[in-house]
Amino acid sequence: MQDFVQHLINGIGLGSIYALIALGYTMVYGILQMINFAHSDVYMIGAFAAYYVAKWTGLEQHPGVGSLMIILVSSIVVCGILGILIERLAYRPLRKAPKLNILITAIGVSLFLEYSGQVVFGADPKVFPDILMDSNLFNLAGVEIKTLDFTVLTVGILSVLFLNFVIYKTKIGKAMRSVSINPSVAAMLGVNTDRIITFTFVIGSALAAIGSVLVGMKYPKIDPLMGMMIGLKAFVAAVLGGIGSLSGAVLGAMIMGLSEEMVVAYLSSTYRDALAFGILILILIFRPAGLLGKYNVEKV
Amino acid sequence: MSDALLEAKNITMQFGGLKAVDSLSLAVYPGQLAGLIGPNGAGKTTVFNMLTGVYQPTSGQVFFKGTSVAGLRPFQISHLGVTRTFQNIRLFKGLTVLENVLIASHQHVKYGMLDSFFQTRKFQDNEKGMRQRAMEILNIFGLSDKAHENSASLPYGEQRKLEIVRALATQPEIILLDEPAAGMNHSETHHLMELIAQIRKDFNLTILLIEHDMKLVMGICENIFVLDHGVKIEEGSPSLIQNSQKVIEAYLGVEDDL
Amino acid sequence: MQSFKKPILSLMALLILGLGLNFGFNAFIQLQAKFIIINMILAMSLNLVNGYTGQFSLGHAGFMAIGAYVAAYLAMNWNFLPPELSILSYLLFVLVGGLVAAFAGFLVGKPSLRLRGDYLAIVTLGFSEIIRVALLNMDFLGGARGLAGIPGLNSFYLDFVFSSLWLVFCFFALWRLIKSSHGRGLLAVKEDEIAAEAMGIDTAFMKVKAFVVSSFFAGVAGGLYAYFVQFISPGSFTFLHSVNVVIMVVLGGMGSMTGSLVAAAIITILPEALRPLQEITGVDLRMVIYSLSLIILMILRPKGLFGELELPEVWRKYVRRSA
Repeated sequence: MQDFVQHLINGIGLGSIYALIALGYTMVYGILQMINFAHSDVYMIGAFAAYYVAKWTGLEQHPGVGSLMIILVSSIVVCGILGILIERLAYRPLRKAPKLNILITAIGVSLFLEYSGQVVFGADPKVFPDILMDSNLFNLAGVEIKTLDFTVLTVGILSVLFLNFVIYKTKIGKAMRSVSINPSVAAMLGVNTDRIITFTFVIGSALAAIGSVLVGMKYPKIDPLMGMMIGLKAFVAAVLGGIGSLSGAVLGAMIMGLSEEMVVAYLSSTYRDALAFGILILILIFRPAGLLGKYNVEKV
Repeated sequence: MSDALLEAKNITMQFGGLKAVDSLSLAVYPGQLAGLIGPNGAGKTTVFNMLTGVYQPTSGQVFFKGTSVAGLRPFQISHLGVTRTFQNIRLFKGLTVLENVLIASHQHVKYGMLDSFFQTRKFQDNEKGMRQRAMEILNIFGLSDKAHENSASLPYGEQRKLEIVRALATQPEIILLDEPAAGMNHSETHHLMELIAQIRKDFNLTILLIEHDMKLVMGICENIFVLDHGVKIEEGSPSLIQNSQKVIEAYLGVEDDL
Repeated sequence: MQSFKKPILSLMALLILGLGLNFGFNAFIQLQAKFIIINMILAMSLNLVNGYTGQFSLGHAGFMAIGAYVAAYLAMNWNFLPPELSILSYLLFVLVGGLVAAFAGFLVGKPSLRLRGDYLAIVTLGFSEIIRVALLNMDFLGGARGLAGIPGLNSFYLDFVFSSLWLVFCFFALWRLIKSSHGRGLLAVKEDEIAAEAMGIDTAFMKVKAFVVSSFFAGVAGGLYAYFVQFISPGSFTFLHSVNVVIMVVLGGMGSMTGSLVAAAIITILPEALRPLQEITGVDLRMVIYSLSLIILMILRPKGLFGELELPEVWRKYVRRSA
C-alpha cells in the first residue's frame, strides 16, 4: 500500500510537469491552430538557461528556496524571450500560409534549436546542480514526502492556478479567449491580435521553463535532446484531453503521468515510451476531439 | 409509391440545440424546374447538403427514384445522378478550366490504373473521349477558348458558369443549383435563365435551384418551395407564391398592430 | 509496345551514365549516386501523398524500414537461386518488401486519412516510431544491433542497374498515374475535398490509394538501401529520416515530380558539399544550416524550386521567355 501511495505521488508529480508543457501546446493550438513542434525545445533551453545561471552566479553553492526563485525567474525570462523571437521571426510571416507550411517551419525551428544546442552546449549530458536539498518533509499515509516531490507538486499546481486566474479573471485572458474563438471579430472589437498571440507564446514558454527547472531538479541529467520524449508525451496529453482545451491539457497530463508511473511500476519499463504512442494512436482513431475537446466540422 | 425523382420526407437537421431544418418534405418530379426560396438563414443550403449526402439528416429520409439514400456518401449520391453547385463557388482553383471539368467525369472513366501505366488503347480512347465531351459542354457555355487557363483567373460570372459545366460533366439526372445568379447583373441573369432552360432541354435534366433573384425564380420555376427558419411555409406555382400572405410576411415581417 | 519507348530510353540513358560512373569516378561518388537514386524514389513517392493529394505524412521512414527489413530477411534466409541469378531473387524480394510496406500503408491509411492535416501528420509520425520501437524489440531481426551482413550484388554497376530499373519504374508509374483521371482525382482531393466528393470522387479511397502506392515505393527504396549498405538497424529509419524526405519534397516543389528528382539529388549531395565548412570551423554546423535553411525556405519560397510545375514547363516559363 505504501508503495502504491508513493507511485501515486510520483504519478501526480509527473503529471503536473506534463501539464506545464501540455498547456503550452494547447494554448498555441487554440489560438493559431498549429502544433508548435518547437515548444519542447524551448523547454530544453529553459533547463540549460537554469543550468548556466546556477553555474555562473555561483548559486549552486547556495541551495534553497531563494536560489530556486532566482533560477526560475531567469529561466522564465529566457524562454519568454525565445518564445517571442520564434513567434515573430518564424511563425508570424506564415500566418496566412497553408497550415502545412507552418507545421514544416515548426519542425525546422525544433531541429534548429536541437542542433544548435548540441553545437553550443555540447551533445553530452550535463548535471543539473542541486538547487534544493532533498530531504524528508513530512509523512502522509505512511509515505515520506520528500522536498523535491513536494516542490514539484506545489510549483506545478500554483502555476496552473495562476494560469487559470490569468485566462479567466483578467482582461488579457478574455482577449486571449476571444482571439482563439474568432480572431477577425476579436480584431474588429479592438483586440490587438498580434500582441495577444505573442503573449500566448510567452505564457506557454514560461510554463515550459518552470517545467524544465522542476525536471532538472528531479532528474538531474540534461541534454539538448531532452525535449523530444517529454514533448511528445506532453503533446499526447494535450491531444488526449482535447487540444485547445486548458482543463483538457491538465486532465490529459494527469492521466499520462499516472498511467506511465503505474505501467512502469506494475508492468514493465520497456513500455514506458511506447505507451505514449499507443495512447496517441488510439485517441486519434477513436476520439480525435479528445476527452474534453470539440472536433470542428467544416461548414459547407 | 411516388414517382418523384428526388424526394425528402420529413427531414430534420439538428446541430446541437439548433434545428436548422424542421420536418421538411418536398418532391421534385422528373423534368421539373423547381425553386427553393426563403429569407437568408432559412436553411436552404442545409437542405441541399442533406439532399446530397454532405449532412445526414437527424431524422427523416431522402429518396432518389424511390430508394433511400440514407448513409450514402456524397460521391455515391453523385454516382446515382444527383449533382450540385455551391453557394460560395468551390472550383478547384489550382487547376485549369478543362481539368475542373475532367475531374467531374472521373466517375464515368472506363480504365484502371494499369491501363494508364501501360498507356493502352482503352486509356487513350477514354481520355480523348472525355476531353472531347468536356470541350463540348464548355463550348455551350462559351468557355472552350479558356480551357487551359487557370480556373481562378476567370471572371466571377464565368466561374459560376464553370461550376455548372463541371456539375453537368457528371452526367446527372438532377442538378441542384445553389444561387447560380448571385452577383450577376440583369443581363447576365437573363442570359443565365436562357442557359438553364436550354440545358434542361439539351441534357434532359431535372433542376432544383436556390435563388434570391425573384425575377429568375418566378420567370422559370414551375414549382416553388418556400422555407423560413427551417420550415416549409408554402409550396406552389409562382403566382400562388407571389400572392401568399405567409410568404410576404416571412420576407418582410409581420405588420404591427398600432 | 509504344508505351515502353520512353521508359526504355530513360533506362538506357541511366545505364550509360552508370558505365561512366563505374569507370570514371571513385567509390565515394558511386555511393552518392546510389543514394541519390534511393532518395529520388523516396521523394517522388512522398510527393504523391504530400504534394499531389495534399495529405501530410511524416511516417515515410517507417514504410522504408518495413521494406528494408523484409528484403533483408528474405535475402538472408530465403535465397533460393544460385548466386549468378541472385539479381532476380533480389528483384522479387524488393518487390515483396514493397508490397508488405504497401499493405502497412493500407492499415495505417484507412483509419487515419479522415483526420485533419496536422492530426494525420502526428499519426503517421507515431506509426513510424512504433515500427522503430517494435524493430528494436525484435531480436530475430537483430534488435537494436540491427542486421549486418546482408547479401548484396557486390558490384557497383549491378547495384546501379538494379536501382535504375526501380527508379524508372517508379517515375513512370507515378508520372502516368498523375496524368490520368485517377491522378486528377488526387489533385481534386487536395484542392477541395467537399467539391470533389460532390463531383463523384471517392475521396477516402483516393487518399488511401495514394498512401498505398507511396508506401510501396518507400518499401522498395528500403529494400534497395538494405542491399546497398548491407547493414540496417532501427536507427536508420527515424523521424529525422522522414523529415529529410519531407524537406526534399518541399524543396523540389510539392506537386512536381521532376522537382523531387532534382531536390533529392541536391539534398543527398548537400552534407558532403558542406563538409569543408566543418573542417574550417571545427564544429558540425551542417544540421544547423540545414534546419535554418528549411525555415527560410518555408518563409521565403514555400513553393520550392519548381512549385507545381514540371521541368519542361519551368524551362518554358523562365528560360525560353527571355529568348
